[in-house]
Amino acid sequence: MGWLAAGLAAWAIGWWINTQLAQRPKTRATGLAVPVLFGVTLIVMWECVVHGLKISPVLLPPPSMIAKTFAASTTILWGDFVQTAIKGALTGYVIGCGAAFLMAIAVDRFPFLKRGLLPVGNFAAALPIIGMAPIMVMWFDFGWESKAAVVVVMVFFPMLVNTVQGLEDTDAMQRDLMRTYAAGYWKTLLKLRLPAAMPFIFNGLKIATTLALIGAIIAEFFGSPIKGMGFRISTSVGQLALDLVWAEIVVAAIAGSAFYGAVALLEKAMTFWHPSQRARL
Amino acid sequence: MRNLLPVLTVVAAIFVIWYAGAVGLNAAWAKDKAERAGVTLTFKELVADTWSQDKPKLPAPHQVGAEIWKTTGAMVAKGRAFSKRSLIYHSWVTFSSTALGFVLGTALGTLLAIGIVYNRTMDMSVMPWVIASQTIPILAIAPMIIVVLNAVGISGLLPKAMISMYLSFFPVVVGMVKGLRSPSRMQLDQMRTWYASPAQTFWRLRLPSSMPYLFTSLKIAMAASLVGAIVGELPTGAVAGLGARLLAGSYYGQTIQIWSALIMAAALAAVLVGLIGLLQRITLKRMGMA
Repeated sequence: MGWLAAGLAAWAIGWWINTQLAQRPKTRATGLAVPVLFGVTLIVMWECVVHGLKISPVLLPPPSMIAKTFAASTTILWGDFVQTAIKGALTGYVIGCGAAFLMAIAVDRFPFLKRGLLPVGNFAAALPIIGMAPIMVMWFDFGWESKAAVVVVMVFFPMLVNTVQGLEDTDAMQRDLMRTYAAGYWKTLLKLRLPAAMPFIFNGLKIATTLALIGAIIAEFFGSPIKGMGFRISTSVGQLALDLVWAEIVVAAIAGSAFYGAVALLEKAMTFWHPSQRARL
Repeated sequence: MRNLLPVLTVVAAIFVIWYAGAVGLNAAWAKDKAERAGVTLTFKELVADTWSQDKPKLPAPHQVGAEIWKTTGAMVAKGRAFSKRSLIYHSWVTFSSTALGFVLGTALGTLLAIGIVYNRTMDMSVMPWVIASQTIPILAIAPMIIVVLNAVGISGLLPKAMISMYLSFFPVVVGMVKGLRSPSRMQLDQMRTWYASPAQTFWRLRLPSSMPYLFTSLKIAMAASLVGAIVGELPTGAVAGLGARLLAGSYYGQTIQIWSALIMAAALAAVLVGLIGLLQRITLKRMGMA
């Protein structure tokens, strides 16, 4: 009972402080403190509920146990992280986004091709491309190459569609101005259209970060060497070692957020002139 | 219709690349077979062989088409549309968990969005986590959710639907928050001058003006929901559903089966997203928004 009461108390206190903070005028500090407090409250409640209701750790391990496992198995987690996130996801991400970017620029030169490819690309972006995973594992074997290949296929279409749309985001006036400057195709592309496309390109890049990690993890469910985050998750679930699964999920969460955050920071640095970025200053 | 010709050209190009790829990828096995049989293949024979292997690396489109027909149309003709070997049955299994997850996710997303729009505390504490939850590869939890829910005695449709729900609520929350906030200051003030209650403001102004946003997010949510259902079927040990077909196919090297399941999944996605598009057009037209 004590644990449950503590959980309720944590919920009440967290809620009360957050309401108080939210009433105040919004500043950077409260904007940061409120969500952090919310998260901390949730974790404390989780801990209390698991102990209070005596939920078996096989079903739902308490956060303290997950933290312990995380600290105890850092070498395993690091190995899995390198295998899946760096070798699989990052390689595929770079290749996929790079290929889509080049393809978009090539397609952009031919309006006929663009009108055909855009609907097809939009359609493909809505497909469950993740299903390509078993095929890629068959083609490229169990190593990280097959995971990278899945990631390439997954990030390609969202990136392509976004870049093509971005390259169209200049109006006739701007393009005419470039023409009066006697700027050729390449000069117009580099000085006007690519910078104008940047917000779209970064949007594509941000969508692709989450897809990349998901693709690499799921592809490991279809066959992998004996390391990797997806491999560890599927085998640990089989052994009912859920604390290790949760530790792996924490790694995935950190990796995913860091990856997304890095791209977002890069966006901020490169598109500082765009209204959506300026507004925050 | 202006885009019809270019789209057809691109689709035709995809088929050409597909057939050429089938020749390229399957040639090694065909040559190997011929060498062991002690014959040399002419180019024509080689191409014919690469397009008709049993377990090709890349099956040719007509092989996949034949397999799909065998497991759908032909089964219907025999009156066994819902036998376990029929893709219609597997698509139905996947569809039902997709639909349930989609409905749950839409409901959860809409409720969260209403809470976020009307409650400042919730806006400040929940919204950042909703966004952060998407930078986390949620699908990684799929096998665990399935196993854990199985252990507490919940099995069948619901665990898979939960994964779909988790994937589909996010676009709905983001879209609905944007949509419910889309009425301008002026419109909200107008409601106040009419002495409208908060409920009236919600039903007559906020909800109607969020519709275009809602449908756009629903399309994304539906696609995400299908992915969730397919991934949710992987750890159940290949029982039923398109995901199970993918897994079984990859265990036994049945490439044609994998591709046919993949094409079915693509068709299912296209139909579901298309349906929402249709609903969107009808609704918005009746509301005078499109």
